Amino acid sequence: MKAVLEVKGLSKDFGGLRALNGLDLDVGEGEIVALIGPNGAGKTTFFNCITGMYEPTEGDIFISPTGNGNVKERLQGLKPNQVTAKGLARTFQNIRLFQNMTVLENVMIGRHCRTKAGIARAIFRFASQRREEREIVKKSFEIVEKLGLKQYVNEFAKNLPYGAQRRLEIARAMATQPFLLLLDEPAAGMNPHETDELDELIRKIRKDEGISILLIEHDMKLVMSLSDRIYVLDYGQKIAQGTPKEIKNNPVVIKAYLGEEIDA
Amino acid sequence: MNLFPELRKSFIASLWFMFLTFPIMVIRVNTIENIVEWRWMNLVFVGIGSFFLSWLWRYLLSRKEMGVNKKTDDQDRTSLVSRLMKNKQLIIPAAALLAIFTIIFPHIFSTYQTSIMITALIYVMLGLGLNIVVGLAGLLDLGYVAFYAVGAYAYGLLNYHFGLGFWTALPVGAALGALFGILLGFPVLRLRGDYLAIVTLGFGEIIRLILENWNEFSFGPSGIANIPRPSFFGMDLSIQWATVYIYYIVIGICCITIVIVGRLQDSRIGRAWIALREDEIACQAMGIDKARTKLNAFALGATWAGMAGVVFAAKTTFINPASFTIWESIIILCIVVLGGMGSVVGVVSGALVLILLPEYLRAFSEYRLLIFGAILIFMMVFRPGGIVSDVRRVYRFESSAMDDKPQEYS
Ligand SMILES: Nc1ncnc2c1ncn2[C@@H]1O[C@H](COP(=O)(O)OP(=O)(O)OP(=O)(O)O)[C@@H](O)[C@H]1O
Ligand SMILES: [Mg+2]
Repeated sequence: MKAVLEVKGLSKDFGGLRALNGLDLDVGEGEIVALIGPNGAGKTTFFNCITGMYEPTEGDIFISPTGNGNVKERLQGLKPNQVTAKGLARTFQNIRLFQNMTVLENVMIGRHCRTKAGIARAIFRFASQRREEREIVKKSFEIVEKLGLKQYVNEFAKNLPYGAQRRLEIARAMATQPFLLLLDEPAAGMNPHETDELDELIRKIRKDEGISILLIEHDMKLVMSLSDRIYVLDYGQKIAQGTPKEIKNNPVVIKAYLGEEIDA
Repeated sequence: MNLFPELRKSFIASLWFMFLTFPIMVIRVNTIENIVEWRWMNLVFVGIGSFFLSWLWRYLLSRKEMGVNKKTDDQDRTSLVSRLMKNKQLIIPAAALLAIFTIIFPHIFSTYQTSIMITALIYVMLGLGLNIVVGLAGLLDLGYVAFYAVGAYAYGLLNYHFGLGFWTALPVGAALGALFGILLGFPVLRLRGDYLAIVTLGFGEIIRLILENWNEFSFGPSGIANIPRPSFFGMDLSIQWATVYIYYIVIGICCITIVIVGRLQDSRIGRAWIALREDEIACQAMGIDKARTKLNAFALGATWAGMAGVVFAAKTTFINPASFTIWESIIILCIVVLGGMGSVVGVVSGALVLILLPEYLRAFSEYRLLIFGAILIFMMVFRPGGIVSDVRRVYRFESSAMDDKPQEYS
């Protein structure tokens, strides 16, 4: 299987703290991969390094967008918006919606990097701009509907229930047309029913859109049911990787989660 | 509301006020008769006054809280003004009436009144320009008046040295405004909030100090006089007619500005500005180029200040650095904040209220800033969205299979 994301020896230091230490990770085309680990293990830091929010101290990141043959591109040194334009989209652990914009507008923002009308075109409303604008609205509606946010279309994002806000984060990321979706704890704060819906939704995203997914999650039930492969992180170090079955029975992982000293 | 503790709090507040104002309100040294006057009645007035004000304040606050508890969704609580604006039967005749009034205004009122109106309209332009920077993009710019000065001096100096006319100076002033907007934009790209406010404040003062001290360039504090009013197809007009003419020019520019800002707001760029205001990090993660979006906002905002500056120079025929102090920036900022950040109607009404009221309430002009301050605090607490809060466009949802433009009623 072709890898859409390939990370080699990624490290990140914050002053004296090594938050990530020589991490290797790859995500195959159409795969759902989970990244788990105790609090403070460095999972979010990993996302931030990939998406250009932090500059990694060491290591290489390569992408190979879906449907683009086997061309590999290096991702380092790009700004977050450039990374998104390359086709990686993320959600945030602590929800970061545009609070005073409507649900639809939030999703429309996601279309920004796939459209190009500038100031002049906005002022003079050329036909090309109107067509593009129509396209943005149409695509955004489709995504809103797909993510089950139809009833909230014109609500302000801040007025949405928690679960819907998490889904809106995914909707917004989807609007950027990614080949790889990075989800940071999408089920946090959801009730079991909502989590089940999310499970279904993520499967649907992969099936219908062919988007690969890298997922950080603490809800083990969701992780075990969704993932093809799992990486386990502790203190910035990869301590295990494998299928859900292998991970479930891995003594090192169990120890890390129970908070004991690791001697393996 | 629990009555007793509330009353007690107000009582304590009034005692505190009586204590604070004691030295200035009660004691007076009468230097003629060399005695100290004790004006105890003043103390009573202060006490009673502050008691009631404090109680009223707390009462309004508690009502506001109750209101929030009652209804959590803001959409039903849109302001009266915006609800009125949605009513088609009302809006068309009202707009027609307003248009007629605007057109005949200079003919039914005196030149003096027209001139005041021109000033107010210049502030409408300034407010709409700053609204792009502060209201939409959320960049607190306290040096906005610098671009206004750039426009005014562009016309003054170009006319003095090269005899350039108003209509040539207008686009040049706008372009210079934009250029300075970008010049200021570059160094402050990384800044936000308070830091940005401080740097822009400094920038505004730098421009003013340069104009004040560089005598060879800008004629220092004495300024530039005899700037020509716009000529009407080569004809020089009398003061009266020139005022009317400028009035129509400003009305024209304002209308164009309103259309342009409205269109920008509802475009890809405008949404990017709002997203930048809402959350810078998420905005970048969604693929928006932060630097470029900020520079756009600064440049466009400054463009209108530049134009307003040219119009201002043409109207007053005399400019000097004293017209471009930090207070101007603050008044323009008040217009935007008071009117309603991000709302065009709000900014227009904010400008008219803040500029026209002091003109007609001359008696209070000494207290102008005091009243501004009080109004601003009041607004921040009770109507943080401004007079007309920003209403987002509403899209009607049709099935995803639609081909047509979704119909919107906004
Ligand atoms: N900007 C930063 N500056 C300094 N230290 C940081 C920074 N960001 C993260 N860290 C540190 O790096 C470590 C990893 O943090 P990170 O947020 O990646 O953990 P996480 O695995 O996402 O945890 P959680 O499950 O709680 O979200 C923590 O010790 C954290 O304090
Ligand atoms: Mg995290």
